[in-house]
Amino acid sequence: MSAPEPAGTASFYEKRKSVFPRAIDGRFRRIKWFWMGVTLAIYYVTPWLRWDRGPYAPDQAVLVDLAHRRFYMFGIEIWPHEFYFVAGLLIMAGIGLFIVTSAVGRAWCGYSCPQTVWTDLFQHVDRLIDGDRNAQMRLQAAPWGPAKIARRLLKWYVYLSISLMTGGAWIYYFADAPTLHHQFWTGTAAPVAYITVAVLTATTFVLGSILREQVCIYMCPWPRIQTAMLDENSLIVTYKDWRGEPRGSVKAGKSAAAPLGDCVDCNQCVAVCPTGIDIREGPQIGCITCALCIDACDSVMAQVGREPRLIDYVTLQGAEQEKAGGARQNVLRTILRPRMLVYFGVWCAIGLMLLFALGTRRHIDISVAKDRNPAFMVLSDGSVRNAYTVKLRNMESRPRTMEIGILGLDRAVMWSDDMPRSAAARTLRRAVAADQAAPVRIYVKAPAGTSAQAFSFTVRSLDAEGAGKAGRDEHRTRFDVPGDGE
Amino acid sequence: MHKRIDEPTGTQTVGHEWDGIEELDTPMPRWWLWTLYLTIIFAIGYVIAYPAIPMLNRGSEGMLGWTSRGGLAAETREANARHAAMLRQIADTPIEQLPGKPELMQAAVAGGRAAFRVNCVQCHGAGAAGVPGLYPNLNDDDWLWGGNLREIEQTITHGIRQPGDGQTRTSLMPSFGRDGMLTPGQIQDVVSHVRTLSGKEKASAASARGAAIYADNCAACHGPAGQGGRQFGAPDLTDAIWLYGGSRDAITATLTNAHAGVMPAWANRLDAVTIRMLAAYVHSLGGGEDFTAAPAAPASDAPEAKADVRP
Repeated sequence: MSAPEPAGTASFYEKRKSVFPRAIDGRFRRIKWFWMGVTLAIYYVTPWLRWDRGPYAPDQAVLVDLAHRRFYMFGIEIWPHEFYFVAGLLIMAGIGLFIVTSAVGRAWCGYSCPQTVWTDLFQHVDRLIDGDRNAQMRLQAAPWGPAKIARRLLKWYVYLSISLMTGGAWIYYFADAPTLHHQFWTGTAAPVAYITVAVLTATTFVLGSILREQVCIYMCPWPRIQTAMLDENSLIVTYKDWRGEPRGSVKAGKSAAAPLGDCVDCNQCVAVCPTGIDIREGPQIGCITCALCIDACDSVMAQVGREPRLIDYVTLQGAEQEKAGGARQNVLRTILRPRMLVYFGVWCAIGLMLLFALGTRRHIDISVAKDRNPAFMVLSDGSVRNAYTVKLRNMESRPRTMEIGILGLDRAVMWSDDMPRSAAARTLRRAVAADQAAPVRIYVKAPAGTSAQAFSFTVRSLDAEGAGKAGRDEHRTRFDVPGDGE
Repeated sequence: MHKRIDEPTGTQTVGHEWDGIEELDTPMPRWWLWTLYLTIIFAIGYVIAYPAIPMLNRGSEGMLGWTSRGGLAAETREANARHAAMLRQIADTPIEQLPGKPELMQAAVAGGRAAFRVNCVQCHGAGAAGVPGLYPNLNDDDWLWGGNLREIEQTITHGIRQPGDGQTRTSLMPSFGRDGMLTPGQIQDVVSHVRTLSGKEKASAASARGAAIYADNCAACHGPAGQGGRQFGAPDLTDAIWLYGGSRDAITATLTNAHAGVMPAWANRLDAVTIRMLAAYVHSLGGGEDFTAAPAAPASDAPEAKADVRP
């Protein structure tokens, strides 16, 4: 597979061209440093934050408790039947990406995407161990010897450590972090924890140390989607060819017949690019708009004493404008345009709806499933009995006593399957444990002659909340009776 | 076919051209090829290890010897092993004490529900509501042969009118009409009387005549007041539940030809624990009786009766 391809025929398959981005300092590199710190901190620190919810609920601020089907996020607790909150958040995240993309192009790709952040991290490791771009290229070309093997082993060891920490941190979101940490290192955690860590360590290692920019160029659907969302007012990293061309070194410029452009063809923009592209070829799918080429070009422009920002964040419209000799476009105006405002409005509306739903949701719930087979039952005294499976939900993190009642069906009484029939009454009381649902099997009996009708089961918590709307709920259902025939 | 190198990209074209539109022959990344080879290697291993290749009579068996049927059997074995302790406890607990142990009772009801779905629904229906005129409803509070746990267990174990089982529930109502024991007129009088017992008709001259015939022919089993007799499986005639119908026609038919429903003796087919769990399930359907509450229970059934054994 590694045989050189005969000249003149195209190869079906192409070996990955290794990318060795050179270190660079500058405004955007510092933004990236800062943002890398923030995103990694969010990832690693979040599961360790504590949040007091009282004695009956976990004290982890963010916890996806799959075993008990609860999702905790600071002051909010979500039950499985409230999953629409999560769906709403996902929709907001989607529209948030629309906003970001149409305003500042592929900023998600360039700064926040985990693939970018971890690739950046791994490339820093490369530079730390192997040296900068040129040293890395030399080492790559060098024959295998003790020194190269030692460096490679050290690098892979660091890669693997980072991968293990990445995969390891993930599981803390799904269980009490300190407990799980202890269990994990004493070998007593659940097998699924080890399997998850192993899988995520492997994927981090492969994606971060081997595939890197190949993920963005070949695997990720998001660049394609974003390409469709960019318009002429989206900021993209642009090489100002009208200023730079024809390119040539400073020396060549002095002896050239016609004056050359600002680009000195130093290739620094290519050298620093983490995906190994040449931005001077125009916008392309490989550009994640990380803006490191802007930093590189600016430092070169400063050295040769020319205007900075030969490569810059410019919109397509702004590029046209500048090409025609106009002034630089006002960035703020490209951001505050109708399309952005519409996106932002939709985003805010969904957010407000979610907040409203969150603020008005009840922490008590009753749901009723009526037996349909048999739908009704005639008892020996001629009265009619219907059976229901009633589920009470106590969504407070404290135990509560609840009173179930019947609304309508005036002469009916009910009893549950765990009490004597003789104690049948119009109301029943049940203690429901903190943050639990309690199913109750209820029989409702109405005297002979009752007609088929709709009625409701009500529930009221027997505490301060029960007096108001927040502590009550009801569920409408039916009472069936036999037809006329005998 | 005219392959050429595309100027801006330096990539060769595939050579086709449609109205001036050409396609670049961009090479695939090589790691993609390796991924393909890896999946092929995996597939070969999979085909060797697992049943995969269809042949004339049966498929290849695979080196691991795995089958989906075997997987099911293993899981069933595992589940049975998990339940074994609970089943032993249910078997060892006298049935009178079962309601006093809620977790055992719950397990028994759950196990009985599963067994009911397999063995009983064919006649009694998935909701245990029976079929009018054929099979009794098990949800209500009317029991032909007794509705406490022990009586239900006895009924399931030995069946109803099962020849060859010494302890089976058995009785035979005479076919008063068909065998000429009563004339059609007398039968109509008895029908009138029986219907007054549950308030379906008002007392009349016919029902008064019927009362006398009832006292001579029916009261021995159904009781003087028509309250039924469980040792004979004689239904209560005063309540609102009529397995074979409570209309004049239906009662006439019953008096003329009689009914004698049968049920298999499940001791021949199911083990004792399953029968006990079935009894618990049937008892839990909403009409189960407590040991004290059972009226007309045979004397031998009453020794350890407790007050309100429902938890």
